Amino acid sequence: MAKLNLNRVPMPRQDPKLRGRNFNEVALGYSLEQAKEEASRCIQCPKRSCVDGCPVEVDIPDFIKAIRDGDMPEAVRILKSKNSLPGICGRVCPQETQCESTCSLAKKGAPIAIGRLERFVADWERANMPSANSPSIQPSASGKQVAVVGSGPAGLTAAADLAKLGHNVTIFEALHVAGGVLMYGIPEFRLPKEIVQAEVDYVASLGVKIELDSVVGKLVTIDELLNNGYRAVFLGTGAGLPMFLNIPGENLNGIYSANEFLTRVNLMKAYQFPKYDTPVKLGKRVAVIGGGNVAMDSARCALRLGAEEVYIVYRRSEVEMPARREEVENAKEEGIQFKLLTNPKRFLGDEQNWVVGMECYEMELGEPDEGGRRRPVVKPGSEFIIDVDEVIVALGTTPNPLIASTTTGLETTKRGTVVADEATGKTVKDRVWAGGDIVTGAATVISAMGAGKLAAADIDKYLRG
Amino acid sequence: MYKILLTQDLVPNIHLFKVAAPAVAKKAQPGQFVVIRIDERGERIPLTMADWDENEGSVTIVFMEIGTTTRRLALLKAGDYIANLVGPLGLPSHIEKFGTVVCVGGCYGIASIMPIARAMREAGNKVISVIEARSKYLLFWEDELRRASDQLIVTTGDGSYGAKGWITDRLKEIVSGGDGADLVVAIGCTFMMKLCAETTKPFGIETIVHLNPIMVDGTGMCGCCRVSVGGETKFACVDGPEFDGHKVDWDLLLARQGIYLDDEIRSLEEWECQNWHKSR
Repeated sequence: MAKLNLNRVPMPRQDPKLRGRNFNEVALGYSLEQAKEEASRCIQCPKRSCVDGCPVEVDIPDFIKAIRDGDMPEAVRILKSKNSLPGICGRVCPQETQCESTCSLAKKGAPIAIGRLERFVADWERANMPSANSPSIQPSASGKQVAVVGSGPAGLTAAADLAKLGHNVTIFEALHVAGGVLMYGIPEFRLPKEIVQAEVDYVASLGVKIELDSVVGKLVTIDELLNNGYRAVFLGTGAGLPMFLNIPGENLNGIYSANEFLTRVNLMKAYQFPKYDTPVKLGKRVAVIGGGNVAMDSARCALRLGAEEVYIVYRRSEVEMPARREEVENAKEEGIQFKLLTNPKRFLGDEQNWVVGMECYEMELGEPDEGGRRRPVVKPGSEFIIDVDEVIVALGTTPNPLIASTTTGLETTKRGTVVADEATGKTVKDRVWAGGDIVTGAATVISAMGAGKLAAADIDKYLRG
Repeated sequence: MYKILLTQDLVPNIHLFKVAAPAVAKKAQPGQFVVIRIDERGERIPLTMADWDENEGSVTIVFMEIGTTTRRLALLKAGDYIANLVGPLGLPSHIEKFGTVVCVGGCYGIASIMPIARAMREAGNKVISVIEARSKYLLFWEDELRRASDQLIVTTGDGSYGAKGWITDRLKEIVSGGDGADLVVAIGCTFMMKLCAETTKPFGIETIVHLNPIMVDGTGMCGCCRVSVGGETKFACVDGPEFDGHKVDWDLLLARQGIYLDDEIRSLEEWECQNWHKSR
């Protein structure tokens, strides 16, 4: 048996000093040689346990083998037969907790860099197969209309799968571009918008109609869709409502929700103001409250906009941080400062209502909570002040209540999520399915895609039944 | 893309656009707004619908030229397109029979109050409309509002037309007069609405205001438009835009409206430098 190669080919990245001042992509991607080298490490084990770790069941060993053999069109075909958004997944999926964690080489500490290879295949296709926008899969129209609400990862995946199965799909999107959180949330330097739009174009090329500027619940309701020719509706509207701390001073000027800050920067391109008309406040000392990926994205955007000091303020310690390890490391490399076991008590403002400081508590970790993470507890008398001129609140999001409040017969939880069957996405309402963050609360791109895929299969079964 | 069907300069700096948006026109209700974006580089801005026509498939917006976006918008002509128009957004006005309803409009708010005055009258109310401008040449839609109301009172700051004085003077006369009023609805600049709410408060007359904070998406996603009403934070885009004027934290709203003032000036200056040759 050949000796195992445990040297993962590192991802070439922009220098931290340079990249902290630009919005270009941080990870530069493998060359063909690097991809082949990494692919040749795969032992093509019969267990194929990596596939079990993938929510959309990509035939991982097969596309890796095709890369190794230099048959890139075949790699593209294998990958895209299961995943309609590979350029996105290759960049933002937490592979370390999914496919790469179940890789046979993970036990040796050097799993195959599946995400990097996936990205390579997607990028290769975009550069070398521009005709991919006229896919070989020609939808054989079943003539049955399906409405997909929301064009984020769940909606795009459900729409693509339904179109491939021959159905007539229309996506309704509230914003002026398709992509949802991929466009407004995840920054350019982590997920270039050109790549999102290329994958949206691919979904459209399957015959999916995309209606922009369409706020379902206002412009048209779910019940109206069901009564006007749509045989089934998939809800993939995500978790768009920002949570705030509800502490004094939170409405001061210069305090943003992460959603607003990132929407201004990413969707509206405020980092190019005044070339683009939408402004964003350029803070010198910026505090980002929270420890998830959205907090890391916000902090790294603030840095790129020219901030001198950027703090991540998180009430637990680093091990409890929900952000991807890689993103925490990227943020640290770029000079983001971590103020851990710290929680804001109130915000301080000046006479013009601008935030100038933040009074915080020191925290310590107590007993584990129901989620198993140790609960942060306030240290009495530990208050101290951090001087800031901008604050970004990245505490998480809950589903927008608009759909639930305008649709009859949907069941929702206390947290505002829509109740749906985990295996099929079916809601309690006839002919309505749901998946992604609207069901789970804020989670990952790939889990939303997995839910979109399951729901598409069940909708197809229903339409054929 | 949304085609501009008609443009009209109502008064200096205030323009009327009729835009083709059939789906929005079908669902529009008094008090709701749309968010528009002119083109790829444009900002998303909210504008109250001044009118709509389901048969024609159009919505009418009236806006004041004030920053880069509205400056650029004002340069467009009938036949041109704007990239995006989304709506109808916000909760519709609460319309029912209250008795005597005073509809107050100042500046561009003269247009925004129109659908509400009409709906209030259709609901069986006695509608007294009061409109204000600094001077006669800034008044518009006088005849239209007169037709939509039982009574129209016009006031100008310089006394060049109608009564001399500000809207609060007229409002005070009405609410303290014989018949009084059961409800006041005010739309205009924030400062004007604040003064209206302060005027009616001592008389205990419910006063609904239409708040116009800065927005981005207009669907509850960003929280940019948060306002404090009765000590609670609300999102004007989804919880409003109508609120109880006596409970609004006006100082906070005024402060938040100034967040991007410097940026707006810079943006407009740069735009004017590059586009000085453009005019209507």
